[in-house]
Amino acid sequence: MNVQARQTPTAAASSKLAIADGDIHPTRKLASEFDPWLDKRWRDDVATFGARQRQPWQNAPAYPKAQPNASRRDAYPPEGGRQGSSLPFMQQQHLDPANVALGILNPLGTGQGLQNIDMSIALCHATNEWQQEYWTKPDRRLRASVVVPYEDPIASAKEIRRYADNADFVQVFMLSRTSEPLGSRKYWPIYEAAAEVGMPVGVHAFGYGGNPMTPGGYPSYYTEEMVGHSQAQQSGLASLVVEGVFARFPSLKMIMIEAGFAWAPSLTWRLDNAWRRLKQETPHLTRLPSEYIRDQVWWTTQPMEEPEPRTHLRDAINWIGWDRLIFATDYPHWDYDDPATSLPLKISEAEREAFFIGNARNVYRGV
Amino acid sequence: MSRHVVAAVGDIAPGDRKLVIVRGRPIAIFNLGGEYFGLLNRCPHQGGPMCEGKITGLVQASEPGKYLYSKAGEVIRCPWHNWEFDIRTGQSYCEPDRFKTRAYPVEVADGAAVVEGPYVAETIKVNVAERYLVVDL
Repeated sequence: MNVQARQTPTAAASSKLAIADGDIHPTRKLASEFDPWLDKRWRDDVATFGARQRQPWQNAPAYPKAQPNASRRDAYPPEGGRQGSSLPFMQQQHLDPANVALGILNPLGTGQGLQNIDMSIALCHATNEWQQEYWTKPDRRLRASVVVPYEDPIASAKEIRRYADNADFVQVFMLSRTSEPLGSRKYWPIYEAAAEVGMPVGVHAFGYGGNPMTPGGYPSYYTEEMVGHSQAQQSGLASLVVEGVFARFPSLKMIMIEAGFAWAPSLTWRLDNAWRRLKQETPHLTRLPSEYIRDQVWWTTQPMEEPEPRTHLRDAINWIGWDRLIFATDYPHWDYDDPATSLPLKISEAEREAFFIGNARNVYRGV
Repeated sequence: MSRHVVAAVGDIAPGDRKLVIVRGRPIAIFNLGGEYFGLLNRCPHQGGPMCEGKITGLVQASEPGKYLYSKAGEVIRCPWHNWEFDIRTGQSYCEPDRFKTRAYPVEVADGAAVVEGPYVAETIKVNVAERYLVVDL
């Protein structure tokens, strides 16, 4: 990369509205950053056998990414390392100029959903301690997620309760492509613990559950994986509703992260329609699916749908509710949404406040 | 409008690019085998800094199964969302009818002419024996 190519980022103008960012991806500069919280046994295991995902491609993602590390080419820290591995550069390039007052950390690729569940438990815990040491302690605008080894829900619940009184942790973090549908009773201990400690459960696109990327099988192209995230999330949300997770845990809040949101109205229309006809199948549901979703589900915005005309976006948001969307950039990933340009709609001051920060303050614990 | 000396010809190797600021405007200057082109360093989609994108070519298909690779080294991909633009014209290949990034003509001028003016060269030390890249703005 030509070193003459970068413009110096500018600090935020004080007039710029403070925002929340519901999806920031920190990463390690060196794998050894986890070492203080990993037993030697696990350091050796990771070095010898690798952290193996439930997918056949072991040394790379199933689909090639659009940019290196699936991240912005202009986000390499000047001191070296992967995009997202430097707090000072994240501050300089993103947090300061965008005036991010609350940034939610969602670490990916750390150890969730691994074949070796004991390794997954160890790596997830190291991830949580690392977030605090490397990110939330030095920058108080940032808040951590309890990254859970979700294929062992009992261990996950224990991990959630471990951070019950730690104010740096504001949500529980899962991925959408679990080995069983998200509402499966296998995962209920996670939802029970999250509701108990008052953290929402964020479900982020990706993960490798051992199933094909789409309900129709393995697609050929990355484009299909990208749009497949909304399909995976729709299956997950339908499962959460119909299995009765929201009915059983009425104080549980769920956040759908990085999977779009404009599909929410049509999914809900179909769910309501089917449920009215098949009520006897799921007597544990006492309200319409749309009512559970309306009360207990939030969405992060990135990557924002870009329909023509743009007014369709307003129609979708009006249906979901201006109180349900949490602005997110996905920094430093390549499909980043810029807060200055990604919502090209005329909105009221109240809508702007809710969309860019107010809703986040309502949903995350203690922020 | 004024003429701005932005770089010496030798500052940008063939196939490379350089970011310059002219009257507060960030402009990416590209060297395509000795020809020079300028593009506003702000993608018309969401504002990504074009200068940090990948320089590539254009893949097209006249029909499914028949591929054509052209414009090697003449296409810049935004470092954020991969939108592709023609370095020569700023034309978008994603939505050619709707999007274009602002293009700035770049001229090559002799040092002797630049010294005589009327050029603005605040940051470039001009040597009469050298040749320079000039942007009109």
